[in-house]
Amino acid sequence: MPLMVFALLVVLLAIGLTLNPRLVPSPLVGKPVPEFELPLLGEEGTFSHHDLKGRVTLLNVWASWCYACRLEHETVTQLSRSGLRIIGLNYKDKTQDAQAWLQQFGNPYRVVVEDADGRVGIDWGVYGAPETFLIDRDGIIRHKVIGPLSDEKNYNSLMRAINEMPGAKE
Amino acid sequence: MKRILVLMLLLANFSGANIVLAAQIDAFVFETPEQEKIFHKLSGELRCLVCQNQAISDSNAGLASDLRVEIHGMLLAGKTEDEIVTFMVERYGDYVLYRPPFKPMTWLLWFGPFLAFAAGVFYVKRIVREQNAGDVVGDLSEAEIERMSNLQSEAEALHGKGGKNKNDDNKGRSKQGEVPK
Repeated sequence: MPLMVFALLVVLLAIGLTLNPRLVPSPLVGKPVPEFELPLLGEEGTFSHHDLKGRVTLLNVWASWCYACRLEHETVTQLSRSGLRIIGLNYKDKTQDAQAWLQQFGNPYRVVVEDADGRVGIDWGVYGAPETFLIDRDGIIRHKVIGPLSDEKNYNSLMRAINEMPGAKE
Repeated sequence: MKRILVLMLLLANFSGANIVLAAQIDAFVFETPEQEKIFHKLSGELRCLVCQNQAISDSNAGLASDLRVEIHGMLLAGKTEDEIVTFMVERYGDYVLYRPPFKPMTWLLWFGPFLAFAAGVFYVKRIVREQNAGDVVGDLSEAEIERMSNLQSEAEALHGKGGKNKNDDNKGRSKQGEVPK
């Protein structure tokens, strides 16, 4: 009996050790995107939550200061080439730094919006970059990836979520 | 010694300067003392998600300071404590709360320690009962008890004699300090 209790504890703790405490499930999944209106990066005009509707979209939160964003850049570019619409949310960054980053590594985004003070990031529950939201045609958040998409686990979870939705790649 | 004292004074000065600096960064002005109270309560109770084991009030992370500004703004806008907590939970989930809410998902969390304690009490009780089960005195009849006490006194009598005899026979043993039984 004590041995069994001990074994059970070991199993529980072992599971606990393999979990990543940084992965906090987002309460936003399954809900409509938060309302926002942000200026385009280095351009005239704005982009709002209304513009997210109508197509399956990835919203990728990134910044030039974010090392992991650099790691996932190639994966994001590939996803963009495959026909997925990807919106970049430039999080707490400087316009010039962001532009230089895109110039240097290439711009995979259909649109880049600027959240200079991170205020919109708070509404999206962003607590670090990169974070990626999968949004369906009706503007409902279907999935959230925390951390770089180049990570196999993250990539697979995104792919699974995309495949569950019709009309992602058109 | 003097040098050390000077160094310590210098250090104290430095940390003093730091405190002043920190206060400058976080110089929030409130309209009412009530607002300030709620602000300190909330920033101490909400978790900084970037650092995770710090409250929003202790963290220097960018997000923590953004959230402090956010809470301050909401208080000035007349939001209540509950409204602000709801705002945070809607965005970051229950995880931001150091004090988890009481709901079916967290029942195990709240009751777990009591369950574990109850299991422990149950287990200890069982062990004690099993050990007591070895004492069968209670099940003896009067005749058996009488016979047992007779046997006991007989054994004591024998023991006393036998012990002496043995001692006489075997002096080597008692030299070693052993009292044979």
